[in-house]
Amino acid sequence: MKIIVCIKQVPDTTNVKINPETNTLVREGVESIINPFDMYAIEEAVRLKEKYEGTVTALSMGPPQVESALRESVSLGVDEIYLLSDRAFAGADTLATAYTLAAGINNLEGADVVLMGKQAIDGDTGQVGPGVAENLGLPHITDVRKIEEIDGNGYMTVQRLLEDGYVRLKVKLPAVLTVVKEINEPRMPSLKGKMRAKSKEMKVWTAADLDIDKERIGLSGSPTWVTKIFTPPKPKGGKIFQGETRDTVSELLDELVKGGIPIKRGGGK
Amino acid sequence: MNDIKVIVEKCVGCGLCIKACPYVAISLVDKKAVINEKCTLCGACVDACKRYQAIVITRTTFSGQKVAAYSGIAVLAEHRHDRLSSIVPEIIGAAKVLQKTLNKKLSAILVGKNVKHMAGEIISYGVDEVWMIDNPKIDDFAEDVHASLVTDILLEKKPEIFLGGGTVMGRSLLPRVAARLLTGLTADCTELEMDPEAMILKQTRPAFGGNIMATILCKNHRPQMATVRHKVMKPAKKADDGHEGKIVEMDYIDIPDSQVEVLEFVKEDTNTVNIADADFIVSGGRGLRDPKNFKLIEELAQALGGAVGASRAAVDADWIPYSHQVGQTGKTVNPKIYIACGISGAIQHLAGMKSSDIIIAINNDPNAPIFDVAHYGIVGDLFEVVPELVKQIKGK
Repeated sequence: MKIIVCIKQVPDTTNVKINPETNTLVREGVESIINPFDMYAIEEAVRLKEKYEGTVTALSMGPPQVESALRESVSLGVDEIYLLSDRAFAGADTLATAYTLAAGINNLEGADVVLMGKQAIDGDTGQVGPGVAENLGLPHITDVRKIEEIDGNGYMTVQRLLEDGYVRLKVKLPAVLTVVKEINEPRMPSLKGKMRAKSKEMKVWTAADLDIDKERIGLSGSPTWVTKIFTPPKPKGGKIFQGETRDTVSELLDELVKGGIPIKRGGGK
Repeated sequence: MNDIKVIVEKCVGCGLCIKACPYVAISLVDKKAVINEKCTLCGACVDACKRYQAIVITRTTFSGQKVAAYSGIAVLAEHRHDRLSSIVPEIIGAAKVLQKTLNKKLSAILVGKNVKHMAGEIISYGVDEVWMIDNPKIDDFAEDVHASLVTDILLEKKPEIFLGGGTVMGRSLLPRVAARLLTGLTADCTELEMDPEAMILKQTRPAFGGNIMATILCKNHRPQMATVRHKVMKPAKKADDGHEGKIVEMDYIDIPDSQVEVLEFVKEDTNTVNIADADFIVSGGRGLRDPKNFKLIEELAQALGGAVGASRAAVDADWIPYSHQVGQTGKTVNPKIYIACGISGAIQHLAGMKSSDIIIAINNDPNAPIFDVAHYGIVGDLFEVVPELVKQIKGK
């Protein structure tokens, strides 16, 4: 089985702090990491490989420094790594990104399963997975929380997380899946994997290597334009109650009722 | 050719662009801004440099649809289990605000099996036309079929704006539709507004876990598409005296076969699980110390008629299933009241609940970061405070 996992390198927002005076992000020393949701996609891809045999290829689009993210994926069990990197790809919105990644997947002559995280923690859109599927003409399933099985006829059964439960779906491969955290617990890189990651050959493809319409990539392939970026207003200092529990609770509830907040308070005084 | 350039003569070396750049792609060299290869052309610096206009992005965009051929607003009437989703009145509410400026027709797309009975309700919210395909072949969860039919309807009806819910379904279906139509889509918007002069939709959304907000335009492509974050927009009210609207049946459109077979829907206890839909959420974190103490959280949630949330720490410790997790790697929620019990307030948790209307923190550490975003807080032992809350709310 051929598995492609699409990953994104993102700033590690875990370490992002807000400067209390300027109310702006403090970005000094913010490291780049593999998008956390993609870590689950990598792990799931490697588990599929271990269960059903095959290869796992990691694919990413971005500037040259994304190499470190792809190498890290090798230490986690990925076999082959490809980077789509070209100044012409810069500025891509989700439409252009999906188009470009799909072209990369086509260059790899497709896959049985394409996996990625449900969204990236910088953009938080979750739009690239379905977009890649559309460009490849494949079905997609988002928010997969479990891959139950792949049967002998090439049908995959998955559980997809919804707001009020989950739905079990059966799809004929090839298909594109995006995964949530619940799907697995990613392993730590092995020593052998780390060694392999260092020596692994990474293939870089530019726009010229892909079968694409140059108009449809990067900024020129992006219908959406960011016109303004701002920091959300800082929350005003709240009202903090301290003291005897019975009093603090009662003061809080009084305050809420005074503020017109619909908390029903029962019979007592 | 698309590029970003610093006009050296105009740059005063103020460094505002450096602060604005989310990708650490700008530095000062000899008191002038220099942009390195980490730049993604996101445009944050251009906005930051409005005063000096020293950074410019030149761009061309692939030719889009004939903008003038598109008119009016359409919304996706999402539904499940024979009922309209609770987000639908919210999307219609947002659309009606836009309609005031745009002054064009408001329509809804309703696709599925046995959906006709929902059309009247949609109209009563103030919708002018319901573009409907009602066919037993269309399963609730056959999203590929929905995507295909929605695309066909949009191609025929050509609305200039198309809005869907920022729900699991909406955020899966609309990207597929946008990719087929080759137009822009903005995810999970928290603010929508018409630019009254250009008559373009200004779409504002949080990014970087809610740490920054971005306003996005789709100038040359139609429809301008967005998903709307649940529980943010003010829902439309049903008109008392009824609203005149008509149902347009579009059943001449071919229904494709689904490539996905729906085996079963498994409902989880919605009273406490469905945090996306709840007005009240009570969340527990590491401070609970033991999984069995989630019972306290449940009792408070039940007393309020709300749902149970959890921090990542509690989920990772297997105290409660993942579907309850609020935060960056869990769900983003927007309840009327969010009560955080024994949650310190790591930035990843705040990303998932910061935009709640009212945040109440209960924590024994007065320095916990959760108090920085809380509107109200009680410094105290949650094992005393939570039961006392339940007691006083129930009035025993």
